[in-house]
Amino acid sequence: MSDSINEAGGAGPSQRGAEIGVAAFIALLALIGIYGSLKVGIGWASDGPRAGFFPFYVCLVILLSCAVNTAQVIAAPKDGAIFAEWGNIRRVLSVLAPLIVYVTLVPFAGIYVASAILITFFMAWFGRYSLLVSAAVGLGMPILTFFMFEVWFLVPLPKGPLEQFLGY
Amino acid sequence: MFEDIGNLFHGFAVVAQPFNLLLMVVGIVLGVIVGVLPGLGGANGIAILLPLTFSMSPTSAIIMLSCIYWGALFGGAITSILFNIPGEPWSVATTFDGYPMAQKGKAGEALTAAFTSSFVGALFAVIVITLVAPLVASFALEFGPPEIFSVYFLAFCSFVGLSKEPPFKTIASMMLGFALGTVGLDQMTGQLRLTFGVESMLNGFDFLIAVIGLFGIGEILLTMEEGLSFRGKSAKLNMKVVLQTWKELPRYWSLSLRSCLIGCWMGISPAGATPASFMSYGIAKRISKRGHLFGTGEIEGVVAPETAAHAAGTSALLPMISLGVPGSPTAAVLLGGLLIWGLQPGPLLFVEQKDFVWGLIASMYMGNLVGLVIVLTCVPLFASILRIPFSVIAPIILVFCAIGAYTVHNSTFDVFMMVAFGVGGYFMKKTNYPMAPMVLAIVLGDKAEESFRQSLLASQGGFSAFWSSGLVTTIMTLGLISLFWPLIQNGWTRLRGGSAPRPAQ
Repeated sequence: MSDSINEAGGAGPSQRGAEIGVAAFIALLALIGIYGSLKVGIGWASDGPRAGFFPFYVCLVILLSCAVNTAQVIAAPKDGAIFAEWGNIRRVLSVLAPLIVYVTLVPFAGIYVASAILITFFMAWFGRYSLLVSAAVGLGMPILTFFMFEVWFLVPLPKGPLEQFLGY
Repeated sequence: MFEDIGNLFHGFAVVAQPFNLLLMVVGIVLGVIVGVLPGLGGANGIAILLPLTFSMSPTSAIIMLSCIYWGALFGGAITSILFNIPGEPWSVATTFDGYPMAQKGKAGEALTAAFTSSFVGALFAVIVITLVAPLVASFALEFGPPEIFSVYFLAFCSFVGLSKEPPFKTIASMMLGFALGTVGLDQMTGQLRLTFGVESMLNGFDFLIAVIGLFGIGEILLTMEEGLSFRGKSAKLNMKVVLQTWKELPRYWSLSLRSCLIGCWMGISPAGATPASFMSYGIAKRISKRGHLFGTGEIEGVVAPETAAHAAGTSALLPMISLGVPGSPTAAVLLGGLLIWGLQPGPLLFVEQKDFVWGLIASMYMGNLVGLVIVLTCVPLFASILRIPFSVIAPIILVFCAIGAYTVHNSTFDVFMMVAFGVGGYFMKKTNYPMAPMVLAIVLGDKAEESFRQSLLASQGGFSAFWSSGLVTTIMTLGLISLFWPLIQNGWTRLRGGSAPRPAQ
């Protein structure tokens, strides 16, 4: 995949950096795991291995493989491959940012209202649909979901002030 | 044996109930939609639709969910052939010859060939399951902790050995899965671990959240980055083309049989459908007389990967129902479903839940048949789904992912975790860390750890329990062999002289 991006010749963060970053992040998780395992004990108690025994060794293996992965990246010759072009990264962020706002909104506004806002916003802003069309889809989908989950399949979903006002 | 056949017919009777037949059709249609849409695949599609089954009986639920799976397997072929976009990783190999065929105006033939060979592959795998699964299960009933651990060990080692990704990346992602699986309550000592006092972490990480995040959100982010625009060939399938293609297909019986065998073998070992389809395509290209024409629209190039992918996708359920070890992320999600419905996966299922197991097996036969009819008749309808612009589809998929993540434990914290897994999945995909081993490790972590610790206890802290009987020793050795398989293969070719070629992918 990186090859095709390479040919396009755009600028962006390097694949090497991304590889090392991912390995470092996984190693960080492993270190947290090791710390947590040590806290509950990694040795043997009278009734067998303690709770931290298994996660401790698992995290050690993670650290080891992260070290190998990083070493392999560093040892390989620099090929100038990029992770993704900045423009592409912007597109990724343009879906990730609304998504984060959306999930933050869910506990307060309920999933139906939040979904209506997300769909309407995304269609109008990213898809450049007219506000009327966007709002129609944005309202229609949550209403359909409401009947599907709450009414037909009896699965409750998070609700907010609007649903309370309507009596659910 | 005869008892099994009786059970199977009983299973057919269960499946043939009108309600279950309806669920089957609904499942297939949902499955094809899931398979066609970008960002939704078998595993996360089923994970998202899992809450719909909470109020059903386990048998009806598994019929619907497994039919979603068959539908997704069929759906992948539609997008590969008409749009040159593999809806699922295992249909990448189908695009090589399927799309050129569609460009030549032979979309109908390609689709018919793909669907029919999918059906043949699945049917072969189901027959294998019918015959082998009960035997494996009755054999596995005798397993103690060391044997159980050795089976897990074998499963995870073959991931490392057979995966195309760098081995240490596979290990890192797998072990990360195990580590995530240990968060929360330790089932053996009743102690809390790795929660760091955060209340939302008490329940640990549910793998369903991981599946929805990694495969759903991650895939949407990737699709956004690549900026796909869907321009497809139109699909017209009439009976004449179908019958004509069917007349032609029996000529490729040896190709089909070979692809079935490859698929079943790869499906049972947790390597999965994707490598099976590539392997089958590669071998077909080498053996076929028209091999040099592969890639320009050869029907054999569609038959080979589709047969193998379906055979693998179906046979991945064999270890799931007989041993409780899923052969693919999708099988893992189905296994998670069993737990939610209150069933204990493993060999005891065949003894205690006859209705369920044989209902599932019978639904594999029926579901694939129903699926074949539905996809053959409704291709244009499904293809039109892909013409809906991504800016409409994307937010709707995100909403469904969020609903799916929420309903697992009725927790909004899980929805946050889903996004975190989604970002993680995006980076893992971009840096070639495989995600399937991570998902399977989260699912099996608890059980693998339990059997590991029990075995250690039995041998007073040493590893001797894993080499204590012939059976355990054999399975553990097989595990080690598959762990080091690339090295062994390299060494072997070097021993036989000459420079070592790259290990076969």
